[in-house]
Amino acid sequence: MSGGFAFNADNAAKAKALLAKYPEGRRPSAVMGLLDLAQRQVGWVSQEVIEAVAEMTGLAPIRVQEVATFYTMYNLSAVGHHHVQICTNICCLLTGSDGVAETAKRALGIEFGETTPDGRFTLSEVECLGACVNAPMMQIGDDYYEDLTPESAKAIFETLKTGGTPKPGPQSGRQFSAPAGGPTTLKTLGGEAG
Amino acid sequence: MPKLSIDGRDIEVEAGTTILQAAERLGIEIPRFCYHERLAISGNCRMCLVEVEKMPKPVASCAQPVGDGMVVRTNTPAIRKARQGVMEFLLVNHPLDCPVCDQGGECDLQDQAVAYGADRGRCREPRRQVHDHDYGPLIATTMTRCIHCTRCVRFLNEIAGVPELGAVGRGEHMEVGTYLGRAIGSELSGNLIDLCPVGALTNKPAAFTYRSWELKKTESADVMDALGSRIRIDTRGNQVVRILPVADDAVNEEWLSDRSRFACDGLTRQRLDRCYVRRDGKLTPASWHEAVMAVANALRGAPGGRVAAIAGDQADAESMVALKDLMAGLNSPNMDCRGDGAKLEAGVRASYLFNSTIAGINQADAVLIVGSNPRKEAPVLNARLRARWLTGQMKAAVIGPKTDLTFGHDWLGDTAEILSSVAEGKHPFLEVLKAAKRPMLILGQGALARDDGAAVLSLARKLADAAGLIKPDWNGFNVLHTAAGRVGGLDLGFVPGKGGRDVAGIVDGAARNEIDVLFLLGADEIDMAGLGHAFVVYLGSHGDAGAHRADVVLPAPAYTEKSGTWVSTEGRVRRSRLAAFPPGEAKPEWMAIKALSDAMNRALPYATLAEVRQRMVAVNPIFAAVDEIRPAAWGAFGMLGAVSDKPFESTIADFHRVDPISRASETMAACSKAFGPKCGCHSKKTVTHD
Ligand code: SF4
Ligand code: FES
Repeated sequence: MSGGFAFNADNAAKAKALLAKYPEGRRPSAVMGLLDLAQRQVGWVSQEVIEAVAEMTGLAPIRVQEVATFYTMYNLSAVGHHHVQICTNICCLLTGSDGVAETAKRALGIEFGETTPDGRFTLSEVECLGACVNAPMMQIGDDYYEDLTPESAKAIFETLKTGGTPKPGPQSGRQFSAPAGGPTTLKTLGGEAG
Repeated sequence: MPKLSIDGRDIEVEAGTTILQAAERLGIEIPRFCYHERLAISGNCRMCLVEVEKMPKPVASCAQPVGDGMVVRTNTPAIRKARQGVMEFLLVNHPLDCPVCDQGGECDLQDQAVAYGADRGRCREPRRQVHDHDYGPLIATTMTRCIHCTRCVRFLNEIAGVPELGAVGRGEHMEVGTYLGRAIGSELSGNLIDLCPVGALTNKPAAFTYRSWELKKTESADVMDALGSRIRIDTRGNQVVRILPVADDAVNEEWLSDRSRFACDGLTRQRLDRCYVRRDGKLTPASWHEAVMAVANALRGAPGGRVAAIAGDQADAESMVALKDLMAGLNSPNMDCRGDGAKLEAGVRASYLFNSTIAGINQADAVLIVGSNPRKEAPVLNARLRARWLTGQMKAAVIGPKTDLTFGHDWLGDTAEILSSVAEGKHPFLEVLKAAKRPMLILGQGALARDDGAAVLSLARKLADAAGLIKPDWNGFNVLHTAAGRVGGLDLGFVPGKGGRDVAGIVDGAARNEIDVLFLLGADEIDMAGLGHAFVVYLGSHGDAGAHRADVVLPAPAYTEKSGTWVSTEGRVRRSRLAAFPPGEAKPEWMAIKALSDAMNRALPYATLAEVRQRMVAVNPIFAAVDEIRPAAWGAFGMLGAVSDKPFESTIADFHRVDPISRASETMAACSKAFGPKCGCHSKKTVTHD
């Protein structure tokens, strides 16, 4: 009935598995997973997606819309191939997210909330993504790029533009969220002494 | 059972009771916006904060179950301050437009702002803007006033079973609305207006025409369907401004159907306010004396067998008893109150009542609905069926039109044959009914108002016996009426006497010129074109089909303009009160009939309303027990016969246009246009009950 959207074969199998996780009569529980799966397939949560998920879960469309509009990670309009989300909350701001944002805008030639004409990049300003210890940071697709500087951010965009895959995680060379200058305790657990 | 103390008073309540409910029992009122005793608890407005000893922060009393030994305080300085804080937040975005808001004067927010509001706001940010929605012809929205209590969302979800409203977005951006801005397709939608604690949802047809404190409030009874809902008629001057439900747990709880609520503008349109007599083929104004004499002349010389009377769907018992007595005086056995041709018999009262009572639905564990669409015929009753179904303790099945009833059911088919196979045990649903402790059959007029109605009735009786619907303390044989006047008519025996004609016979007789004089007591639903040369006397309130065909029109008050008696589908005697005066020269039907009897020297033996009512009690003692239910004895009825394979259909084709009042109503016409003839049921299936 919802002419517009249908899962492809792969995702249909995944959707089935998702629904099977919940007992009979509890199909609505799968709503978030299904929305996510659909978003992965078409990039965003469209009206067709909402109606298809409503049909699959037995929920009224408005119930699905409530979920989709509550969580900011569901995109309510189409986004580019790479969805660049830059955090501008307090920790990132203090550590230079302004510069990162500026770089992104210049590198991509768009403002926050816009998509490049070729449809490859969408730039979004987001609230805290929970990686404050590695601020400033941005999320592209499913990956976090942390400890950014304007230069490292620029390098990431250049790589993406040429079709490459930049290495996610801290760009400063530090290990995860270990202290910036290298470990200060448990030093022997690191590389050589291992 | 946990014991606790609230404001120093001890109380013991069942486990699971909330603090707010316990306090209510002590008569301690806690302010609230989102809590409503008939809706699920959501706990989102935070107005109901109270202090509980040993709890570090104030708690929302509506969502907090009591605990043993709790010490609760509802009125401390800290609590007052906390509520003031909540109020301040609520008012941050709420416009200060009380002077132009229809809710003014009956607004929870306004009232509580008096108790907890500050005299000035501290918020310097601009107020947020919210766009209004189009919810259809009945509900006006001003969404900036919404405080997100979600009562409206919960009502549609839980009670009405049309999950169309929701809260979209979050935080500062949250808005209550419908999916894609659709109108609200529920026949109970008007209740949202009552539920909304602020002026976000208001009465659209009555917008800007009243202030609540100017209205005169008259408690009365509803006659727009056969439930006998209790209503309050609000009038200003002599005009009915709005109609609201009055809570009655046994009947309508707190709800009212949209037709009962919004058809009231039809009370001022197309009204008959004076007598008319047809002269030279044209209805011309006449005095009461002329009109009555014209009828008396027509009757003079007409033998009893050539006189007939049909009582319409909203006829009150007073007028029917008078008309019946008049017909007796004229020696005519030709009368009928079953305008739709339902093959009900007046003999055994249990054969035409909703015997389990409406409240009995709350105990039913299996129900078979035959030839009815309760959602259209009695929306409030349908909501009760849904509520029972939601508990998971009731199985439902339908033989009749296939529609979305807002609750899950098995559709068994739509012919009498299926009914007979259930009655004979050839269909597995009989076992479900048999296994049930409180089984119930709901027999609609759609199954009875047909040529084989009597056979269907006897099939239903057979099924009642086969399924054990009748138990010592339970009678699950239920007839669902759609006409408010029907049960009263049957109780008075307003049916053909010996050798008399029923509705079909009368119409047929008139067409063949075998009827000289025909009384139509507010009966507009018969085929007026085929009445032959009959002299038609129309008594009624509206210039509907009957008045157009009539030779004499005698104007009558509508149900809001007289004290009348009706008997609801469950056999409850209801009495309306005069809320406004009838227009022009209209006077109650029984008075007109009395005047007629005087003119013919066959004076009826009563002159006052009290005497008419004594006469009603003499005919049937049931009329002495106003607002009560007297269980009816089971008996033999129905007539075995062949049934046709014509599918059962609901007798109500267009929910919004059923009787002369709703047909005259512009609001109902607009609804009919917006929602289609079938209330909201035409819209896409509303999934939550598959
Ligand atoms: S519209 Fe009224 S009932 Fe609905 S959430 Fe807003 S304030 Fe509550
Ligand atoms: S009434 Fe308790 S939170 Fe709204």
